[in-house]
Amino acid sequence: MSQQTLPSTSAGSSGGGGGLPPKKRFGGDVIFRGTATAAGSMVLVIIAAIAVFLIVKAIPAIRDDNANFFTYKEWFTDGDDPKFGIAATVFGTILTAFLALLLAVPVALGIALCLSHYAHRRVATTLGFIIDLLAAVPSVVFGLWGRDYFYEPVSNLSKWLHDTAGWLPIFGSEGPYGKSVLLGSIVLGIMILPIVTSLSREVFMQTPPENQEAALALGATKWEMIRTSVLPYGKAGIIASVMLGLGRALGETIALALTLGSVFAINFDLLGPGGVTIASNIANRFAEANEFGRGALIASGLALFAITLVVNMAARAIVYRRREFVGSA
Amino acid sequence: MSVETPTRMGVQDAHQLRVKSLPSWAPWATAAAAIAVSFVLIYLTSYGGMILTGVVAALLFVIFMGLAATFVEGGRSARNRMATILIYGAFILALLPLISVVWTLVSKGSTRLDANFFNTSMNNIGVFDEKGGAYHAIIGTLEQAGIATLITVPLGIMGAVYIVEYGRGFLANAIRFFVDVMTGIPSIVSGLFVLSFWVFTITPLYNDGRPAYSGFAAALSLSVLMLPTVVRSTEEMLRLVPGALREGAYALGVPKWKTITSIVLPTAGPGIVTGVMLAVARAAGETAPVLLVAGGLSAINFNVFNGGQSSLSLYVFQQAGVASEFAPGRAWTAALTLVVLVLVLTVAAKLLARRNKLAR
Repeated sequence: MSQQTLPSTSAGSSGGGGGLPPKKRFGGDVIFRGTATAAGSMVLVIIAAIAVFLIVKAIPAIRDDNANFFTYKEWFTDGDDPKFGIAATVFGTILTAFLALLLAVPVALGIALCLSHYAHRRVATTLGFIIDLLAAVPSVVFGLWGRDYFYEPVSNLSKWLHDTAGWLPIFGSEGPYGKSVLLGSIVLGIMILPIVTSLSREVFMQTPPENQEAALALGATKWEMIRTSVLPYGKAGIIASVMLGLGRALGETIALALTLGSVFAINFDLLGPGGVTIASNIANRFAEANEFGRGALIASGLALFAITLVVNMAARAIVYRRREFVGSA
Repeated sequence: MSVETPTRMGVQDAHQLRVKSLPSWAPWATAAAAIAVSFVLIYLTSYGGMILTGVVAALLFVIFMGLAATFVEGGRSARNRMATILIYGAFILALLPLISVVWTLVSKGSTRLDANFFNTSMNNIGVFDEKGGAYHAIIGTLEQAGIATLITVPLGIMGAVYIVEYGRGFLANAIRFFVDVMTGIPSIVSGLFVLSFWVFTITPLYNDGRPAYSGFAAALSLSVLMLPTVVRSTEEMLRLVPGALREGAYALGVPKWKTITSIVLPTAGPGIVTGVMLAVARAAGETAPVLLVAGGLSAINFNVFNGGQSSLSLYVFQQAGVASEFAPGRAWTAALTLVVLVLVLTVAAKLLARRNKLAR
């Protein structure tokens, strides 16, 4: 907000400074300002261009689609009778993202509280650094790790869940347990931990000390202080961080391409081979697709773009209502 | 009235005013008990291994501590203790996958850590060949990330200058909002955008009507991903530059553009470099855009404008899909190389940030 306190540079124009030299009309200032404005506007141009070009390339594919693009579940783009639809992929995208949130958010909030209120200041800096390293690991590495190593404990867990709670439809699958919605969701949950953690930690740290001290002075235990002052204060920030995590989860590609079973079906079976998302479908099929198939994949990407745009705009709108902590995002 | 309060609550002596609390060794004793009970339980039922023992021990620890605290200290204190345990537990839970990933990376990634891996490409390497390396992929990653940085840095810094120094009103607010929204654009969407814009629309104009996949297209799509990060971090750094510095320059008659280029930007310089390095680190690890627009050539190609290219992350993904006993070794070694590259950038950026005087 510093620019509001600055004197206007166009001081010579409105009579105040009689002794100033006349302002050049096409000086460095005008050029520099124009360049900066153009660079800033590039962001708007790029977002508009993404929408326009995806739509332009998606329309021919959707027009030649012999099935309903929105309700058809399968994906056949080769041959004379192309039939494809995004129903199963959209369902899978939302299912894995929500499961990942369900697993990640409580843990992430715990870590955030640990870093902001429990761990010693200096320790917290180091621990926060470690969590940031988690964010730096590329998603293909998580995917490879999930597919080659993490599947083993998860398939053991799947077997145990099926043995103990197999009457629940979500745990009903008899196996084989390997690439599944459960595996993909857990890997995805690990991947979105850092983003949810870092934003909610910033919010927790900005709780006014007065509120916290007041709670403690009234005899609250540490947890009661957190529940009555820190969490209510950070509510908007928590919601925003969760939605940002959701946006990241919806768009995650390679890790899910490696850990989901790529089965086009709409059901809530978490353990069996299954699961497909818009992004993982694109990554898995792109190499083999012909030009028409690539157009169809672009069409499904358009749906993903629309979904993530809405989620991110909603998250940002919540953050913007509380400008105080927008700096952390 | 206040004098009578203690007696009304039934407190007779001063020592009764003290809150009863568990001794300081109680958590350790409870932890030992939980581990012992869990060990015995698992061995008696002979069901599960080390992992299940750990999980059961952790659950038992929470339950035991909760019970002990409830009986000795009362409900409120018990809830407080449970919350503390769960909050530290969440942190340990998050460390487990990180440790596991690092361990697998180092143990599996060292299998092909030889000169052959860093000196050869995958050209003419069949499915059952033991050799083959990632030289072409390393070239691809470095070139694509480098070009993306060259495109993004001037654009991002100027964009941030507009937002902080010039922007006012509707346009500035819209740009700031959409920079944040753009941060959340999935990498695959950025890849699809460059695919439909550059590969399918622009390149056929000079390539006899056929789409041309290239490393430059990958760099374009990486820069779409980097741009919001660079704008955001530069914007934050510019805001930290004290207004007095600007005012001092104006008072000496320095024009605004010169104030920005010779005073504001150099002051914010280290912070801007940190932000750029973090953005490069993130972009270098992206797979999806490269997969869509670079073509994934398995031979060495230094030319980013002509012919396909690969990248380390794409190499990992491709090797992960190959059914060969030698592919996992190549994939993990490439993954280790990529992580080392990304981590060096990240750690260097963070160390630079610590020395940054503005950010304090």
